[in-house]
Amino acid sequence: MSEEQINLEAERSRSLEEQFEARIVRDEKIEAKDWMPEKYRKTHIRQMSQHAHSEIVGMLPEGNWITRAPSLRRKVALLAKVQDEAGHGLYLYSACETLGISRDELYEQLHSGKAKYSSIFNYPTVTWADMGAVGWLVDGAAIINQVPLCNTSYGPYARAMVRVCKEESFHQRQGYEIMIKLTNGTPEQKEMAQDALNRWWWPSLMMLGPTDAESIHTEQSMKWKLKRKSNDDLRQQFIDQTVPQAELIGLTIPDPDLKWNEERGSYDFGEIDWEEFWQVVKGHGPCNKERMKARVGAWERGEWVRDAAMAHAEKQQERKEKQAV
Amino acid sequence: MKNDNLYKYILGIADNSLILGQRLGELCGHGPSLETDIACTNLSLDLLGQVRSYYQYAAKIAGDGRSEDDIAMLRKERDYLNVLLVEQPNTDFAYCMGRQFLFDVYHFMFLNELQKSTDFTLSAIAIKSIKEVSYHQRFSSDWIKRLGDGTEESHLKMQTAIDDLWTYTDELFHQTDADKAMVTEGIGVDITKLKSAYYQKVSDILEEATLKVPESKYFQKGGKQGIHTEHMGFLLAELQYMQRAYPNMEW
Repeated sequence: MSEEQINLEAERSRSLEEQFEARIVRDEKIEAKDWMPEKYRKTHIRQMSQHAHSEIVGMLPEGNWITRAPSLRRKVALLAKVQDEAGHGLYLYSACETLGISRDELYEQLHSGKAKYSSIFNYPTVTWADMGAVGWLVDGAAIINQVPLCNTSYGPYARAMVRVCKEESFHQRQGYEIMIKLTNGTPEQKEMAQDALNRWWWPSLMMLGPTDAESIHTEQSMKWKLKRKSNDDLRQQFIDQTVPQAELIGLTIPDPDLKWNEERGSYDFGEIDWEEFWQVVKGHGPCNKERMKARVGAWERGEWVRDAAMAHAEKQQERKEKQAV
Repeated sequence: MKNDNLYKYILGIADNSLILGQRLGELCGHGPSLETDIACTNLSLDLLGQVRSYYQYAAKIAGDGRSEDDIAMLRKERDYLNVLLVEQPNTDFAYCMGRQFLFDVYHFMFLNELQKSTDFTLSAIAIKSIKEVSYHQRFSSDWIKRLGDGTEESHLKMQTAIDDLWTYTDELFHQTDADKAMVTEGIGVDITKLKSAYYQKVSDILEEATLKVPESKYFQKGGKQGIHTEHMGFLLAELQYMQRAYPNMEW
């Protein structure tokens, strides 16, 4: 390529990039077949797949209680919830595939540890009340993270998020309802609810990500509308929204420093144990190994099934072609 | 109990769906693909939905203050009346689909007849459920064909599962005293009349799946009398855990 051609190419790419950024500023949706900078594609694959992985790893801690749900009504509701999560995983993987990566490759990234998923799912669900706490707090925090994404710049992601958020909001209410029932119940049930809140509160705050000072992706993501508020702002919103909900049902937030700040119109809260956060992110939480073992195990045990389905489909196709001749 | 036969008859139907729904619930999140996870959860949801209607009706018949959950979760193992087939473990995906298929074909034929029951509630439940079970049957039959006529490995696994589960098929057609009484009253289905059509249908699909129809004539029974396989106690330990550990509470 001559120097002139190189310059022309660079010029062309600059102009495409300018047009692209202008579209985002105008709030236009970017679609799969549109030109996009490589970094935009990669960042979206990273974030969307991380989200998809979180959905399917997230099936495990709740799936853990399906067989032990205390009533038929709760069992059916929990099954439906975990099924919704599988559905979210499915359409988030599909949205990701529009960016030119296969689901198998995405799984490979999850299984090898290259891709991350939400750290909250590395905590164990040890009592029935955890089904309430996870729905109320974890889905509650997820909604705060995700509602702004319904307006993100990448069309397939934004559309997937509209549906995800509707279902998450239902899950959140379902979780809170489990907690209401427990706090209206026997002292033993109330204790179970408080214990679950004690264990899930801090990890839920951590779920909204590291503090702004340490968050490496924020600025670029803000520009692309992959993120519209900073982690710290989202965390504050979550706390301000959740504290009155806890008070309403007579539960105590396990934070002695939690105090209403009249001036800010928000709650001040105690220090988060970021050491714990990074420990779990780096793979050393209570269930990181089990979660990965479960996912990799399901994938490996299912290989012969997927192979059989492919082989059968090919045979059917051959038969059809033979018949046509 | 005045309606003891009807009560037992309902439990016989409902327990099959409860125990199979419970088994399917164990799979959630551990299946070979996201699509099969979603589908198996659906089967479980359908079955447990049906179960609730049956137990609510049974609770009404019993009239002793017990709820659907008391009936579902607080009986002793010997009082569960499901067939042995549905309690068999999720050994691998071939066993899961084999168990599903061998039950679905029966379940569909059974509900098809139960729709004509003179008992309005049972007939209504059957009319609603058969739409779901028609899908279950299609789903599991398709998997039998895929796995049977897929790879050499899948063929072998599917054949092994069918050979092992075959021993539990005959019990589907055993009549209990409650069954006989309900047939006489026009409420129940005469399951003995479904047997040859069942084996015909199952054989047709197995053949299409390039699988051999097992020739064994040795069958197991006992579930309908409350004598279960060793797997059942563990299944119930999980199913009943909360109700046993925290009695008399609302959830």
